[in-house]
Amino acid sequence: MAQGVLKQGIAPGRLEPDQYKSNFADLHPPLDRHEAYVEADRCYFCYDAPCMNACPTSIDIPLFIREIATGNPMGAAETIFEQNILGGMCARVCPTEQLCEEACVREEAEGKPVKIGQLQRYATDIAMFHGAQFFERAEPTGKTVAVVGAGPAGLAAAHRLAVKGHDVVMFDARPKSGGLNEYGIASYKSTDGFAQREVDYVTAIGGITIENDKALGRDFTLEDLQAKYSAVFLGMGLGGVNALQAENEDAAGVANAVDFIAELRQAADLANLAVGRRVVVIGGGMTAVDAAVQSKLLGAEEVTMVYRRGKEQMSASEFEQDLAAAKGVTIRHWMAPKRVLTDGQKVTGIELAYTALVDGKLVQSGEVTTIAADQVFKAIGQTLASDGGGLDLAGGKIAVDEQGRTSLRGVWAGGDCATGGDDLTVTAVAEGRDAAESIHAYLAGGSNG
Amino acid sequence: MADLRNNFVGIKSPNPFWLASAPPTDKAYNVERAFKAGWGGVVWKTLGEEGPPVVNVNGPRYGAIFGADRRLLGLNNIELITDRPLQVNLQEMKQVKMNWPDRALIASIMVPCEEEAWKAILPLVEETGADGIELNFGCPHGMSERGMGAAVGQVPEYIEMVVRWCKQYTRMPVITKLTPNITDIRKPARAAKAGGTDAVSLINTINSIVSVDLDDFAPVPTVAGKGTHGGYCGPAVKPIALNMVAEIARDPETHGLPISGIGGITTWRDAAEFIALGSGNVQVCTAAMTYGFKIVEEMISGLSNWMDEKGHKDLDAITGRAVRNVTDWQYLDLEYIAKAKIDQDLCIKCGRCHIACEDTSHQAISKEKDGKRYFEVMNDECVGCNLCVNVCPVDDCITMEALPVGTLDERTGRVVTGKYANWTSHPNNPMARPAVEPAE
Repeated sequence: MAQGVLKQGIAPGRLEPDQYKSNFADLHPPLDRHEAYVEADRCYFCYDAPCMNACPTSIDIPLFIREIATGNPMGAAETIFEQNILGGMCARVCPTEQLCEEACVREEAEGKPVKIGQLQRYATDIAMFHGAQFFERAEPTGKTVAVVGAGPAGLAAAHRLAVKGHDVVMFDARPKSGGLNEYGIASYKSTDGFAQREVDYVTAIGGITIENDKALGRDFTLEDLQAKYSAVFLGMGLGGVNALQAENEDAAGVANAVDFIAELRQAADLANLAVGRRVVVIGGGMTAVDAAVQSKLLGAEEVTMVYRRGKEQMSASEFEQDLAAAKGVTIRHWMAPKRVLTDGQKVTGIELAYTALVDGKLVQSGEVTTIAADQVFKAIGQTLASDGGGLDLAGGKIAVDEQGRTSLRGVWAGGDCATGGDDLTVTAVAEGRDAAESIHAYLAGGSNG
Repeated sequence: MADLRNNFVGIKSPNPFWLASAPPTDKAYNVERAFKAGWGGVVWKTLGEEGPPVVNVNGPRYGAIFGADRRLLGLNNIELITDRPLQVNLQEMKQVKMNWPDRALIASIMVPCEEEAWKAILPLVEETGADGIELNFGCPHGMSERGMGAAVGQVPEYIEMVVRWCKQYTRMPVITKLTPNITDIRKPARAAKAGGTDAVSLINTINSIVSVDLDDFAPVPTVAGKGTHGGYCGPAVKPIALNMVAEIARDPETHGLPISGIGGITTWRDAAEFIALGSGNVQVCTAAMTYGFKIVEEMISGLSNWMDEKGHKDLDAITGRAVRNVTDWQYLDLEYIAKAKIDQDLCIKCGRCHIACEDTSHQAISKEKDGKRYFEVMNDECVGCNLCVNVCPVDDCITMEALPVGTLDERTGRVVTGKYANWTSHPNNPMARPAVEPAE
């Protein structure tokens, strides 16, 4: 064990320098050609394939796998990108075990689905390595669409709009584009600057301008955009973080998991990134797992994930939960944060109340326990950063119809900030893409927006 | 324990698994290894006449086609007969036969189609103590351009002539190896029999180009930018070989002529099938070239266990047992009605049966039930073709079920009579005549 692991409090440099590299290496190293052929041969090329129906972007999975199997990875990539221009990132971050791979008939047959995500990465990696562009822009329409947020939803919308011949101006609050792909995903899922390479790949179609460090509500208003552009797509995600509603949650050592993840992704040298010796992560989703696992990988001695309900209710996939356990994270269920314990300034632990479902309602049993901690991460969900600025909301998100249309004419929304679908990269891509089609129809003079 | 001892035209071997004349039997080193591994016999790689031996290409000699995971399904070769001096081969054969008296050692021979050539080589071979000779009338590449191999095997008159010379000039049993590169395999078999052959062996390799290099636009294997057709073998050729073996076995003119079965035999099961269709023993090459000699252990064990399980005491009990069930299409029972049945517990819902039937056959498998993905055979459309069984990825999930006598065939509206009736007497047959049953 590296000596740094035992450093008290929140400290950097817990590991030997080379350990950081191996700890944060690609979680699923890419398939080589032979591995891809062997895996592709396992696909049954199902009729009306269940995997394809389970994919939020409806990628023709049997077709792209057959293209891989026949030595045509470029054809496979085109099949993928036709439906999902961020197919490269989705291949890395999709919870495939809950989507295509869960639906794979081989999952039913033998509990071993075809590795669809890995195959998708194989094909998209080859195409992106060669810089192959599969789409040409239509004749310019003279229209310009504003896209707020250069994350998965915004990029997918922008690409499809560009294909249709519209120009796109994107605004992103952060210095880099990519949204959660760049700032919100565990490092071992997207290595080697892939998120930025993907932004470059998507925007290489042309007609897309990105203005970074430009936030809605701070640097411009929705009215500004409506006045200046032919249409507006909002895909800025969820900028706010839910509070624990526990005592002392402003104490030093309590942080938002999303900020920790972002900081980690942007860190030039992980050895300089401080992490607690004992870390508690509150939450049961992917963000909680990403924060917990990465805390462990940074050298935290004890990492505990605490979730107020049971294993089955966790939104983190089975795979993610297993990954956390395999990396040494302890997952504790049925307890809710009550009080952050401090020595007056810094966190020393967290007091948790045991919970139970009584008549379908989550209640605290009255018993409590404490877990010692130097650092507490909050990962219990995110919220819209603003009040919506005049848009109708539903459940705290921008209300949209099935085409992504908001309550305001000429304004669409998609991705995490809008209603509908799970908050997944692939869902955001589907929503952005489909909103772009709707915007295009609107701009072409079809039905109103 | 089943008795696997084999007596093929008087040549005895401890089991019916011989290595075919090919690269694995080119020299003492390999053959010794084969015998150590347990092979019952070998047919030594084909000897040519005395004098400077043939030469082989110095580039690739093989090409292949693959299944999933690069499983070799078919192999093609352009190698010629032995390229070692005759005397070296003869000396080694003699020594190996002395070392392994209980194993069969057969000499494959290919010399020009001249009486003197055969007359000259036969005594030399006989002197080695070999148990028999196999006449290579089969190789389709290279040697055939020089009037040997398949060039002889494609002319029944030549076959008969050479067999006759061999029977005249040696006491050794003569096995005539046939080429499949011919329209009707019965003709060369009949010719060999007419010449007095003791047995035939088949098939030799099939003329083939396994693939084309799409960068060089040249056949594979490519030698300095050019390719030539080779001889195809391996699992892919088994069905062709089985049919040819069966054709000879059931031809009244050659029925009972001993057959050494060759062609894609890879497992004990393949061997058992060849034996059931009339092969007195089998010869193996590609499987050994793919996996090494050790596979014979699986073959011996598998054949023996299957025979024990079925109560077959020895090879005679199974040899030719399937021949009487090979018939002409016209004698198939048209009153036999079968329908596909899908076992819903085994079905993994891939839908391949549905799309195969829907797109390419009889629209007899539905895809949905109560709004859910569900594949079911429609008996009123199913003609019992078996395509769904063949495309289903799950063992035994789809089976063909014969309709019992007295039940209604929903497709035709006719009740199953159970009364044998074939095309020869069918009303739609303009040549119909009173019912004829196939000869036993």
